[in-house]
Amino acid sequence: MSTIEERVKKIVAEQLGVKEEEIQNSSSFVDDLGADSLDTVELVMALEEEFETEIPDEEAEKITTVQEAIDYILKHE
Amino acid sequence: MSQPVDQQPLAGKIALVTGASRGIGRAIAYELGRLGAQVVGTATSAQGAQAIQEGLAEQGYAGWGRELNVTDSASIEALIKEITQELGPVQILVNNAGITRDNLLMRMKDDEWDSILDTNLKSIYRVSKACLRGMTKARWGRIINISSVVASSGNAGQTNYAAAKAGLEGFTRSLAREIGARGITVNAVAPGFIATDMTHVLPEAQKQALLAQIPAGRLGQPEEIAAAVGFLAGEPAAYITGTCLHVNGGMYMS
Repeated sequence: MSTIEERVKKIVAEQLGVKEEEIQNSSSFVDDLGADSLDTVELVMALEEEFETEIPDEEAEKITTVQEAIDYILKHE
Repeated sequence: MSQPVDQQPLAGKIALVTGASRGIGRAIAYELGRLGAQVVGTATSAQGAQAIQEGLAEQGYAGWGRELNVTDSASIEALIKEITQELGPVQILVNNAGITRDNLLMRMKDDEWDSILDTNLKSIYRVSKACLRGMTKARWGRIINISSVVASSGNAGQTNYAAAKAGLEGFTRSLAREIGARGITVNAVAPGFIATDMTHVLPEAQKQALLAQIPAGRLGQPEEIAAAVGFLAGEPAAYITGTCLHVNGGMYMS
């Protein structure tokens, strides 16, 4: 069973087309991983599906880095 | 009847056509069925939905009729969920449902304005949004919005309808820019005067006056709109997005 961190990084890699080893916890989706605004919306959608949760828009806007995504999932599991 | 696979370029695709019980919508549903798509057509009544289902079956196409109120977000979401679970994601969306409530502006009631904007324009926002998740995940999609020549030409007595259709065309261009990179095209088709129930009710004198403005010298047929939609839905049209295809016998040329 993969950890939440591994699962988040795998999804980020798939959605943004980057290698998993290039992804740091501190990586910003937009500034470090080259995501545009539509990418970030799709990323949140993919996280919702992977973790079977609904992330409200106002929460989704605050998820800008890999660590913030991990923190959100941990807090709402 | 169903055709060989190589003549069914839309095989494997799920198409949703709103307002498919008659007129242009029905012709579009049949055309997409002929091209091999699995078609879900919607109507505002259970009776209309049944007629769609039976009509598609009679033609030998894979399809379903469903009841849908395009002004009700909850019923839209429920239908998209059902289609996604039963068939797969909607990859071809034809926003066709529309009504008219013609009146001179000086006599127009708030209700006549609001109902047209809600049914003809806000519906497109609702249904398109509901289908986008499936299309972006699939990295392939077609959204085809049915406009009208009056969006460009204007028409006395149709300030509400023309405003909604012009709004639809602006929506089309903006969404095309948003999701072009995901393999999704968004286009409009603007029919001129087509022989349907909507134009059948026009007074004879008005019909004659209209015909005089149409170089082709006749009303269009619903199948001629459907052919344009079928083209935009196909793979060869992948590089066409954000445009409005006029099908009007020459009555308006931009």
